[in-house]
Amino acid sequence: MNKKSLWKKITGSRVFKVLTGKKSTVVCLAILLLLVVTAALAPVLAPCDPYEQKLVSQLQGMSPEHWLGTDSMGRDVLSRIIYGSRVSLVVGIASTLIAGGFGMLVGLIAGMGGRIVDTVLMRIMDAMMSVPMIILALFLGTIFGKGLGNICVAIGICMIPSYARVTRGQVLSVKEMDYVTAGVLCGASKIKNTLVHIFPNCVSANLVLMTMNLGSAILSEAALSFLGMGINPPTASWGGMVNDGYKYLSRDPIIAIAPGICIMIVVLCFNMVGDSLRDALDPKLRGTLARRGKRTKRAGAARAAG
Amino acid sequence: MEERTLIQVKDLKKYFKTSKGMLHAVDGVSFSIPKGRTLGVVGESGCGKSTLGKVLLHLHESTAGQIFFDGVDITRFNERQLRDYRKRMQMIFQDPQASLDPRKNVSSLIGEPLKNYKLTQGKAEYEERVDEIMRTVGLAPAYRESYSHELDGGRRQRIGIGRALAVDPEFIVCDEPVSALDVSIQAQILNLLMDLQDSRGLTYIFITHDLSVVKHISHDIIVMYLGQCVEYADSKTLFKRPLHPYTNGLLDAVPIPSLRQRRLNTQVMRGELTSPIEPKPGCRFAARCPHATDACRGQDIPLREVEPGHWVACRLVCP
Repeated sequence: MNKKSLWKKITGSRVFKVLTGKKSTVVCLAILLLLVVTAALAPVLAPCDPYEQKLVSQLQGMSPEHWLGTDSMGRDVLSRIIYGSRVSLVVGIASTLIAGGFGMLVGLIAGMGGRIVDTVLMRIMDAMMSVPMIILALFLGTIFGKGLGNICVAIGICMIPSYARVTRGQVLSVKEMDYVTAGVLCGASKIKNTLVHIFPNCVSANLVLMTMNLGSAILSEAALSFLGMGINPPTASWGGMVNDGYKYLSRDPIIAIAPGICIMIVVLCFNMVGDSLRDALDPKLRGTLARRGKRTKRAGAARAAG
Repeated sequence: MEERTLIQVKDLKKYFKTSKGMLHAVDGVSFSIPKGRTLGVVGESGCGKSTLGKVLLHLHESTAGQIFFDGVDITRFNERQLRDYRKRMQMIFQDPQASLDPRKNVSSLIGEPLKNYKLTQGKAEYEERVDEIMRTVGLAPAYRESYSHELDGGRRQRIGIGRALAVDPEFIVCDEPVSALDVSIQAQILNLLMDLQDSRGLTYIFITHDLSVVKHISHDIIVMYLGQCVEYADSKTLFKRPLHPYTNGLLDAVPIPSLRQRRLNTQVMRGELTSPIEPKPGCRFAARCPHATDACRGQDIPLREVEPGHWVACRLVCP
């Protein structure tokens, strides 16, 4: 009973309506859900063992036995893609969340703190930004060592500065708004005012940045793996597969192209969902979009009737 | 009505540090407001009237001078001490759109001060209080879940007034509350403010550049020029017998909707505000004053009482 009403509350909310109002967003959400399920059920779904090497059957093209062929070690590409989704999704999402979380925190503290705090924090961020991301990730990877968790942290740290910069800029402009002053008069403490009035009005830009960074995080993992800093070699990851496969691009392009397409689809879906999420969380856009959705539906119904 | 002084300000100063020197936003203003009365503050843009309001509420720290609230000197209060006083003094902002968080709906905007000050116990009382405030300021309950951008300017300003009223204050700084609204709604909001004053005994500082508005609502009026008070009188006297040339200029600038008046000789003020950064001693208005003499420059002109309750700072009036 209670569960049902909660479900109704979620599906009836304006956020949900706007989010599911666009067909493309629904499709993207479905694809992402499918990917998560695939990653979770990899052992069940994969037709072959992704680590079993058969050197006699290397670089076979597509066949009923191996749908996407085999790689240079004779491993089934489809199975490796299915297992690889685990690493790629985890690295992409975890490192983006680490970067977003810490970046926004740093930006918030820099924006709200005094001049000294601001200068110190932002100069550190500038220093991090001035080093090319892959070099910094390599450096951090060397310190932390190999492994999935460490690679997420390393990539996450590299992406912190951009969030910090964006958030700080937003905080500086939002904190001068009248409604923040009004919050002070309403008896909100500085911390409460920051969390209730300033922070929520700074998130949307970061949300867009997050969806954009997700793809680059997956690719960074690939680059790190390629340079021997990422996931240990036998473990399948999309990025690693692209790196392995591109050497055989002319002979057997599917080895590199298939995982590449997977990366593209994930990045595309996250971008679309992120865009819609930003719209849905913005009360101004939310109202218009909810109305617009209703109107187009009504117009569609009228057209169907007439 | 009891004639208790609620707000008293003595020689209040607020300077801002700029790269070119000190900006004298408010420079030695003194006044007092009895409980239940309205003090109008008029002056053109940049004369420091909004700063004055913000300094009174401690949104800016004052540079010098004293502010007494109900007999207590609150000038050097820290945040914790101020918290209790903030409940008793509120502000209504000029731009209702900018002063309402775009991510909050009407009921949570109005309920925010109730929650922060823990003025209600339990959800039922809270909801009831929000409803009551919405009724008081004339907002239909149907707007509870709306967002501020979905409402018109008048309703937005009603939300702003509701927020200010939620803590049941005694003193409200109205910082140009109607200048962003069109004329028909201006009247509604002004009437609402005056009704509230009658029913709750509120004390207002009403900051505006619109003389017709200030005449309608104020008991006493301060005319400010470049951070200084140039004339201070009750509303009737000021409109009947304005003495300072600047006040005259302001009154002449009010358009009169009558055909017969159009050939009337009025003096429109020329020039613009001189810089408030490191002003020279002497009458600040001298640069634009048609009657200025050398006596006006070089020495500050004090505010003098020319008749009971009518104060003017001008060499011409009281040499």
